[in-house]
Amino acid sequence: MNSKIVYEKSKGLSDFHLSYCPGCTHGIIHKLVAETLVDLDLLDRTVGISSVGCSALNYDFFSCDMQQAAHGRAPAVATGIKRVRPDNIVFTYQGDGDLASIGIAEAIHAAHRGENITIVFVNNAIYGMTGGQMAPTTLLGQKTTTSQDGRQEATSGLPLRVSEMMAQIPGATYIERVSVHDPKHVNKAKKALKKAFDIQNKKLGFSMIEFISTCPVNWGMNPKDSVDWAVDNMIPYYPLGVYKDKTVGEK
Amino acid sequence: MSKVLMKGNEAMALAAIKAGCDAFYGYPITPQNELPEYLSKHMRIHGRAFVQSESEVAAINMVYGAAGAGARVLTSSSSPGIALKQEGITYIAGAELPAVIINVMRGGPGLGGIQPSQADYNQITRGGGNGDYSLYALAPESLQETVDLIKESFEIADYFRNPVMIAVDGLIGQMMEPVDVDKEVKKWDLKPKTWAADGNRKDHPKNIINSLYLDPQDLENHNIKLQKKYTEMKENHQRYELINMENAEIAIVAYGSVARIARTAIEILAEKGINAGIIRPITIFPFPEKAFKELPSSVENLLVAEMSMGQMLQDVKLANECRLPIHFYGRVGGIVPEAEEIAQKVIDIIGGQSHE
Amino acid sequence: MAKGRIIIDLNRCKGCNLCTYYCPVHILKLDETTTNDRGYTPLMVTEPEKCIACAFCATMCPDSVITVERFVKEANNE
Repeated sequence: MNSKIVYEKSKGLSDFHLSYCPGCTHGIIHKLVAETLVDLDLLDRTVGISSVGCSALNYDFFSCDMQQAAHGRAPAVATGIKRVRPDNIVFTYQGDGDLASIGIAEAIHAAHRGENITIVFVNNAIYGMTGGQMAPTTLLGQKTTTSQDGRQEATSGLPLRVSEMMAQIPGATYIERVSVHDPKHVNKAKKALKKAFDIQNKKLGFSMIEFISTCPVNWGMNPKDSVDWAVDNMIPYYPLGVYKDKTVGEK
Repeated sequence: MSKVLMKGNEAMALAAIKAGCDAFYGYPITPQNELPEYLSKHMRIHGRAFVQSESEVAAINMVYGAAGAGARVLTSSSSPGIALKQEGITYIAGAELPAVIINVMRGGPGLGGIQPSQADYNQITRGGGNGDYSLYALAPESLQETVDLIKESFEIADYFRNPVMIAVDGLIGQMMEPVDVDKEVKKWDLKPKTWAADGNRKDHPKNIINSLYLDPQDLENHNIKLQKKYTEMKENHQRYELINMENAEIAIVAYGSVARIARTAIEILAEKGINAGIIRPITIFPFPEKAFKELPSSVENLLVAEMSMGQMLQDVKLANECRLPIHFYGRVGGIVPEAEEIAQKVIDIIGGQSHE
Repeated sequence: MAKGRIIIDLNRCKGCNLCTYYCPVHILKLDETTTNDRGYTPLMVTEPEKCIACAFCATMCPDSVITVERFVKEANNE
């Protein structure tokens, strides 16, 4: 009986074991980024930018040139690279603390200038690496180590909807929010990444894909329950879909 | 070569272009705005990158990215903006990237003033950001020297794979002098940037630009490697100028604009029969300790003159090794000392009316 | 008759259990009798003959543990 491989580890990933917690969906998102870059034959001219958070070590995980950036600054680092290397593919990989808190100015202005880069934004509504503090995307009532009675609107405001906000910026070309909670959504998320990198490759401007992701350890759940919690709680507040697509005219 | 009358900030900008600077990223701040303004037009003309970033923080991180991709890159700012850049500068040093940073100093602390100052000496020479690192810091006194050193600074940065700072004050940024921007400067022996993460993996194996070393031994080894650069800087690359030091009875230690003012002060003193000389640091890191080791025996006092509350005093004291009395004359707040003031201070010292 | 099979890189597995939930034919579970080099309880296939080579397990695996092969009939060889 002959066989053909229908799924294997991507060449876009190195042989390093991922440092993420068991069941953390960072790993799925890494695979999708790697596979997309390989499928589009972009890997060999890509520079990825690691940020600060659980994914800080991912300069070891992708099989392309990588630069490690200071907390929140990845879109500025990406801008610096892209302006001197306009024919290379540049992406950032950032969590919700990195992008939506300390790095919000850099993210907004990269979109504002229409930088021809791709941001991979991983939103799990919490600060993972530092042990579970509140993020700008933490849900109302969600308990974290710095919102121990649950997030309160009066003191911490309402959770930040980043895709919606970024879509308002005229310079942004493509913004989509996706999820990786089941194989169907994983495949849809991969299509979104393909669209984003294709836009960059065609020099059509700034793209960002926001991933609804999980944090089993800091949410205090097992991986499958975490996925269910994300579906039941995060997606209603952060609806999936395309928020901006300049390639088909203004929405 | 012909000279052109130029404003300091614009001359500095043109010097960077002449040095093959590939990218400028910066943010407006007084008193250096003519520098990014000039580059906003001329970098485009030369087909190179220019971004007016959203902040000084963003600018220094753009510098990091471009430097990591193997480009020659410049940012400029003034004291409060340089303070904002400190995180980025330490990342650039930690990741061993070349970059040139121009600081057109103004009064501080905090928002301070917009007039000239030298009160960033400590920020420049004592780190500024976290961790064990140093900047190679040059402090020119004239526009010609500024242009020459900026052109050479890109070579120095590439050679050491370290950020280089050009420390000038607001006077130098704003004044106009004739400059020859095509004057040849020293070329350093540079290797190709095979370490760059520029997305050209067909040409090289994967490169990582990084300052994170979680394993303590790895981080210690990395620091030892960095220190070797600073040791080499100290041993082989101190720069200074001695002016009228033969038979001088007092040495004024001053850099930048204050050194130029001191040149006039020693003329005033000469007319009064006082033989004063100047030790002019050109590098403030590495501090030119060698200049203090060979002082003529005629020198009986040192006078440190700066536009700060005495930030250079510590380095002079260390270099002096308790041999000579050290006096201080400083003006801050944006006030530029007059030559007569410095001369009077020398007179007071020689007359025994000044204390250390 | 199996439509395919999976090959497991045991030492990459972190025993997170995501694959076991997504397998439509419920033939995956953690092998409680062993631990891998990293101290995790890795994945095992209970009834390989039921594998439909859908690759849902591999798709949901965050650690690229699973390679999926689909059996190809001789007549349909490419």
